[in-house]
Amino acid sequence: MSGYSLEKNAHSRELDLTKVKPYGDTMNDGKVQLSFTLPVPAGPEADAAAKLLLKKMGFKEPQIVFSKEMTTGFTFFVAYGESVHAIDYSSIKVQKITAEKMTMEEIDAFIDERIRRKIVIVGASTGTDAHTVGIDAIMNMKGFAGHYGLERYRNFEAYNMGSQVQNEELVAKAIELKADAILASQTVTAKNVHVKNLANLVELLEAEGIRKNIILVAGGARITHELAKELGYDAGFGPGSFAEDVAAFIVHQLESMLANP
Amino acid sequence: MESKLNLDPALIEEARGYALSISRDVQGFVDKRTTVSVERAVCRFLGIDGVNPYDVPLPNVVVEHLAAKHLLGEGAAYCLGNAMMKTGLTPQKIAQEIDGGRLDLGSLSYGEASEVFRFIDPLVEESVGLVARNREKRRELIQRLGEGPQPYLYVIVATGNIYEDVVQARAAVRQGADIVAVIRSTGQSLLDYVPYGATTEGFGGTYATQENFRIMRAALDEAGEEAGRYIRLCNYCSGLCMPEIAAMGAIERLDVMLNDALYGILFRDINMQRTLIDQFFSRVINGFTGVIINTGEDNYLTTADAFEEAHTVLASQFINERLALIAGIPEEQMGLGHAFEMDPSIENGFLYELAQAQMSREIFPRAPLKYMPPTKFMTGNIFRGHVQDTLFNVISIWTKQGIQLLGMLTEAIHTPFMSDRYLSIENASYVFNNMRDLGDEIQFKRDGKIQKRANQVLREAVGLLKKIEDDGLFNTLEAGTFAGVKRPIDGGKGLSGVVEKGENYGNPFLEKMLGGART
Repeated sequence: MSGYSLEKNAHSRELDLTKVKPYGDTMNDGKVQLSFTLPVPAGPEADAAAKLLLKKMGFKEPQIVFSKEMTTGFTFFVAYGESVHAIDYSSIKVQKITAEKMTMEEIDAFIDERIRRKIVIVGASTGTDAHTVGIDAIMNMKGFAGHYGLERYRNFEAYNMGSQVQNEELVAKAIELKADAILASQTVTAKNVHVKNLANLVELLEAEGIRKNIILVAGGARITHELAKELGYDAGFGPGSFAEDVAAFIVHQLESMLANP
Repeated sequence: MESKLNLDPALIEEARGYALSISRDVQGFVDKRTTVSVERAVCRFLGIDGVNPYDVPLPNVVVEHLAAKHLLGEGAAYCLGNAMMKTGLTPQKIAQEIDGGRLDLGSLSYGEASEVFRFIDPLVEESVGLVARNREKRRELIQRLGEGPQPYLYVIVATGNIYEDVVQARAAVRQGADIVAVIRSTGQSLLDYVPYGATTEGFGGTYATQENFRIMRAALDEAGEEAGRYIRLCNYCSGLCMPEIAAMGAIERLDVMLNDALYGILFRDINMQRTLIDQFFSRVINGFTGVIINTGEDNYLTTADAFEEAHTVLASQFINERLALIAGIPEEQMGLGHAFEMDPSIENGFLYELAQAQMSREIFPRAPLKYMPPTKFMTGNIFRGHVQDTLFNVISIWTKQGIQLLGMLTEAIHTPFMSDRYLSIENASYVFNNMRDLGDEIQFKRDGKIQKRANQVLREAVGLLKKIEDDGLFNTLEAGTFAGVKRPIDGGKGLSGVVEKGENYGNPFLEKMLGGART
């Protein structure tokens, strides 16, 4: 329908960072792609319900391009719409890690010059989490996607304790090794159990009186720096983070801690 | 089957020879010992079920009592059989009396072992007969309803609530699933007991309980009648309760069980002695009851590299094959595991993956190989993820895998939505139907990349097996050969539950199931 329309679109073609809209193929067209399921049988009523929902979500011209009853009483939709909303991008402020990007060699050299000893890091996938893919990607020799892990760094002593490590065990290990930093990884989580578990680790460190002396970092699929800060961590690393990102943060943080004991 | 890979049969024989010697060594260790979980499974087969007022399962009550009285090494069958003779009570009643503090098995006099075992033989027969009837019932249902062609479409439900799982499972069956697995609640593998009753709360999965098994079994039987094909139910016979879960599965007619000690050792840090002993009895049960076991080699590649460490998967498959044969599991019930975990950025990665999948197929021609989807390189880009899953499906149909654990485009994001499962079944059905006979039509170039890759992996696996034969499996696990994970022989969870067998020890269920008629 609209594809054949020769009417001029009313919206401006200029990019305005105070009113940013989704982009399909034309500036400010607001195009968004969605898929979802409604617990109703397929049919015209289902499509109408899906469109109404899209309108309530703030989409003009909702289109249901595909609908299929996957099983009795549950219909899956693929839909498009034009968002009526715009965002003031220029006013957005996000807490983020400010450490500059560094390579493994630069980080090792930084430690040589400014820390002048090896840095001890203990990491684990804690609580009930059995998944080590995150902590392995950061710590193991091989690293991930061509980014070597902390074990490969000349100036880190990296201890990866693996999965389902209780916070108590992790803290005990950190004390035993006089660790400079703890990495707590949470990959798969349900019902926000990762939040409780991460908060519990902070409490334990505070109870031991060593929270201030240690760099505490959280990582995982659902971790953001903001969430980590809220929970009392020094930093949080989400998807797409590599060992050098974590390492760069730790060396800078440690340098400032050593300068201001 | 004609080899498309030009694999050297002498090398395969050599590998099997090492595996035989490795597994004999392990079995020699296993045969002298029993565990708390083995004895709890014996209690369950003797009809002990339920929990005490503190929610402690009665099999645990009995076995803890035996341990406290230093009777564990004599075994639950002997001790309970003796108590039955002396008191005239049933095993269930004996368990209740022990729980109430009214009966002390330590203060009874003990009779001749042969006499005790003769006395409980009718009870053992009855219990083994029930399991045999379940096996028969499965066969009848498959005969009457038929089953989906291999690769079976295997999906997971994981809501935490068994009743919600039923809704998801029925939907999956209508969409084409052949096997439904109920993922266990996170951490259940480390519980040294099996929770009781229907459960509606779990983390990342649903507790494996006998009642939950029963509920899902009934639902899948009903859905199978409606769909006109037998639907297999899968659960996890791993962790600290391997034999008990096997016993419960045998009683409730489960069809597929994850069942791999090596997996527990490496990925759950379960003590190797404990779990290899547990594994033996659990595999005997699974073998007898017609359950297809799934081994966990695929998981190695979630931590180790799929290209560099492919030979560790093959070596482990050889060992698992032999450990399964010792436990009486026929090849047709060996769902040996491997996975599509090649880094997508490797040039010709698909060819290497194809070579490895075809290699497993040719080396284990009768096994319903379990092929696991990409997980490690799933990024959250669901669109690319769907493509990765499609390539995985292509290799599976091409190389005739047995059990296809369907990849989900939302892997690494959340447990599957109903729509994720629908899209993934649609993807696999499309590829499998469209490319059904591709494998019969295509040969590989002589000494080309695919043949070379397969032969290289086989050679490396033979080298590794030779080394494991020299070092022993326990030392190999200590050295971190598999999945890059090191495990000490006295470390990990569950070691305290291992005891040496006493002079009156007997496990009549194991003897009957291993020696009994199997078809």
